[in-house]
Amino acid sequence: MKTERLNTDILIIGGGTAGCYAALTISENSDKKVLICEKAHIKRSGCLAAGVNALNAYIVEGRTPQDYVDYAKKDADGIVREDLLLTMSQRLNKVTHRLEQLGLVILKDENGKYVARGNRNLKINGENIKPILAQAVEKAENVQVLNRVNVIDFAVKDNKINGAFAIGIENDTFYTIDAKAVIIATGGASGLYKPNNPGFSRHKMWYPPFNTGAGYAMGINAGAEMTTFEMRFIALRCKDTIAPTGTLAQGVGAKQINSLGEVYETKYGLTTSERVYGTVNENQEGRGPCYLRTEGITPQQDDSLIRAYLNMAPSQTIKWIESGKLPSQQNVEIEGTEPYIVGGHTASGYWVDTNRATTIQGLFAGGDVAGGCPQKYVTGALVEGEIAALSAVNYVDNSKQGSIEQSDIDKHINEVTGFITKKTSPYTTEQLEEAMQTVMDSYAGGIKTNYRFNEKQLDIADYKIKQLMSLVSTLYAEDFQELMYIYELKERLTVCRSVIAHLKARKETRWHSFAENLDYPNKDEKNFNKYVNSRLENGEIKIIIRDLVQGGKEYEHIN
Amino acid sequence: MSISINKNKCIGCGKCRNVCPGSLIKVDSDGKAYIKYPKDCWGCTSCIKECPVYAIDFFLGADIGGMGSKVHTEKKGDILSWIIQKPQGDSIKIDINQKESNKY
Repeated sequence: MKTERLNTDILIIGGGTAGCYAALTISENSDKKVLICEKAHIKRSGCLAAGVNALNAYIVEGRTPQDYVDYAKKDADGIVREDLLLTMSQRLNKVTHRLEQLGLVILKDENGKYVARGNRNLKINGENIKPILAQAVEKAENVQVLNRVNVIDFAVKDNKINGAFAIGIENDTFYTIDAKAVIIATGGASGLYKPNNPGFSRHKMWYPPFNTGAGYAMGINAGAEMTTFEMRFIALRCKDTIAPTGTLAQGVGAKQINSLGEVYETKYGLTTSERVYGTVNENQEGRGPCYLRTEGITPQQDDSLIRAYLNMAPSQTIKWIESGKLPSQQNVEIEGTEPYIVGGHTASGYWVDTNRATTIQGLFAGGDVAGGCPQKYVTGALVEGEIAALSAVNYVDNSKQGSIEQSDIDKHINEVTGFITKKTSPYTTEQLEEAMQTVMDSYAGGIKTNYRFNEKQLDIADYKIKQLMSLVSTLYAEDFQELMYIYELKERLTVCRSVIAHLKARKETRWHSFAENLDYPNKDEKNFNKYVNSRLENGEIKIIIRDLVQGGKEYEHIN
Repeated sequence: MSISINKNKCIGCGKCRNVCPGSLIKVDSDGKAYIKYPKDCWGCTSCIKECPVYAIDFFLGADIGGMGSKVHTEKKGDILSWIIQKPQGDSIKIDINQKESNKY
C-alpha cells in the first residue's frame, strides 16, 4: 500500500450533481483550490448516469418560489425546513439557464419559451446531462478531479473538520487530504433493504446502487446532528425495471388503476407516500396488480415514450419491445421499491443551517445528503451545491486551517491494513450485506411487511444490525476495490442503525408506507409536528426533538 | 439488468472501464475488457455509449422480463441510434436526435 498526502482549500466529496456544481461555483467565484474525490469517474457517476428526460423542479410562468415551498411542505405533511426550500426554490431557474448555456437541450415553443410539463416541470433531452456537467468541471480553473478515489472518513477534531481520509481503488493508495473546508456531496443510501428482485436483477437504473450513504455515515460517526431519517423514500415505479413513472403519469396523463380498472389514486390522496400506500393497499385487499392506465394512447405517444425512456431508463423501452406490446396496447404495471434514504426526495440528511453548514465546523452539505429540503431533484441539487460552495468559500476566508493529527492518520492506516492483510474470514462482505438487507426487510418495514413495523420488531432489527456491525472487523479484502466494498457495508450498517432509531423515535404514523408504525397508527399533531434529529454520543444515538422552523425565518445552529 | 462484452470485438481501448460508475469493468490479462461484477450492473448503458466498436450489449435479466434481446448504441453526429437485436434474428433501430427534447 502506498500513502500520499494532498492539500487543498476546499475538498468536495462526490462528483455527482451537487458536487460538480459546487466545483463550478467555487471556480467562478473565487481563486480557491478545489479537489473533487469521486469514487468512480465524474463523466457518468451519480444519479444522472443514463440521463433524465425532465427537470422536475422549476418555477414555471405564473408560479412563485413560495408555491414550490408550499407543494413540498404539503407532500411531506409539514416536516420540512421552509428556509431551505425557499432558498433552493429562489435559484432553481438560474441553474436551469446555466445548464442550458452549458449545452442541455430544453423544449421550447415557437416563441422561444420553455414548454412546461404541469406546474413545476420542463421537458428536456437529458441523455448527456452528466457528461455536460463533467465537461464543464474538467475545464474549470483551479479544480482538480481525482477519479476512483473513495473517501472513507472525515478528519474531525473538536468538532472542526480538517480534511479527510481516502483510498485509491485502482492504485492501492491511502490518501490523507488536508482541507480548509469540506463539502459533502455524496448520494443517499440504497441497498439497505432487500430489493424487489434480489437475484440477477437486484440493481436497477433509477438510483445508483453505488450510493451507499457514505456521507450520512461519516457525519453520524463524526457526531454531526442528522435529521428525519425516518422519512424513508419508497418510489412508485414501473414494475421490474423500476423506471420512473412521471413521464407516463404527467406526460400522457396516465392514472393509477387497479386490476378491476378502477382509478384508486383519488381514494388515498395524491402525495408521494399516499400514492405508494394506495398501491400497497389495493394489492393487499385483493385488487392487484396495479397499473398506470396507458391503453388507448396514440401511436405518436407510443413513439415518444419509447424515445423518452431511452434517454433516461433504457430498460423500460427494451421491456416494452421484449413483451411485444407497447404502452398503448398494455397498461404499465407499477410497484413500490424497497425503502431508500435519499434527501433529494425526502427530508433525510444532515441538519444544516440556511447556508447549508452542518453542525461540524467547516463541513457543508448539498444534494442527497442535506436534510430538511425534499423534492430537490436535479436542479435543487445543483442549487444546494451552489449555496454550499459559496458558504465554504466564505468560511475559508474567515477561518484558520486546523491540522490532522498523526494519531488519527495512524488509526485509519491501521484499520485499512487490518482488512488487506487478513487472509480468511468466516463470511464475505456480500454475505453480510445480504444478512443486513434481510434484517431490514423483516424487522424494519421492508417490502416483506408491506413497509409496516412495530417497536418490538425495531428492537430486534437494532440488535441484529449491531451484531452484523461486530462482524465487519473480521472481513478481509483481496484488493482495494473489495476494500471499498467493506467500507460501503460499514456505511450502510451505520445508516441502518440511525434509520431504526429514528423510526422508533417518531411515535406516530404521519406518512403511510414511508414510516408506518403499527403501534402508533395515527398522526400525533401535538407531539410530533416536529423534527426528529439525532447525534451519536459515546457510541449511542441520542434523539433530539426540535420545533419546526417557521416560514420566513432563517436558521442558525443553536445548541 | 446487465451487459455482456464480446471479447472478439473488443480492441482494448479502455473507455468502458474508465466511464463505468460502478468501477465494474476491468481489463483482463489479454488486454480486453470484461465485467468482473455482472450482478452489480444497474444498466445505465454508459459503457455501451463509449464503445467505438460496438462490442458491448445491454440485456434484461429473465427475472424482469428479458427475452434474450441484445441492445447497443451507435452515434453519428447528433443522432444516437439504439439497435435492439432480437434472438430470432430481426432487429429494431430507433434514432434519437440529441438536439431534440423529450415531448412528454
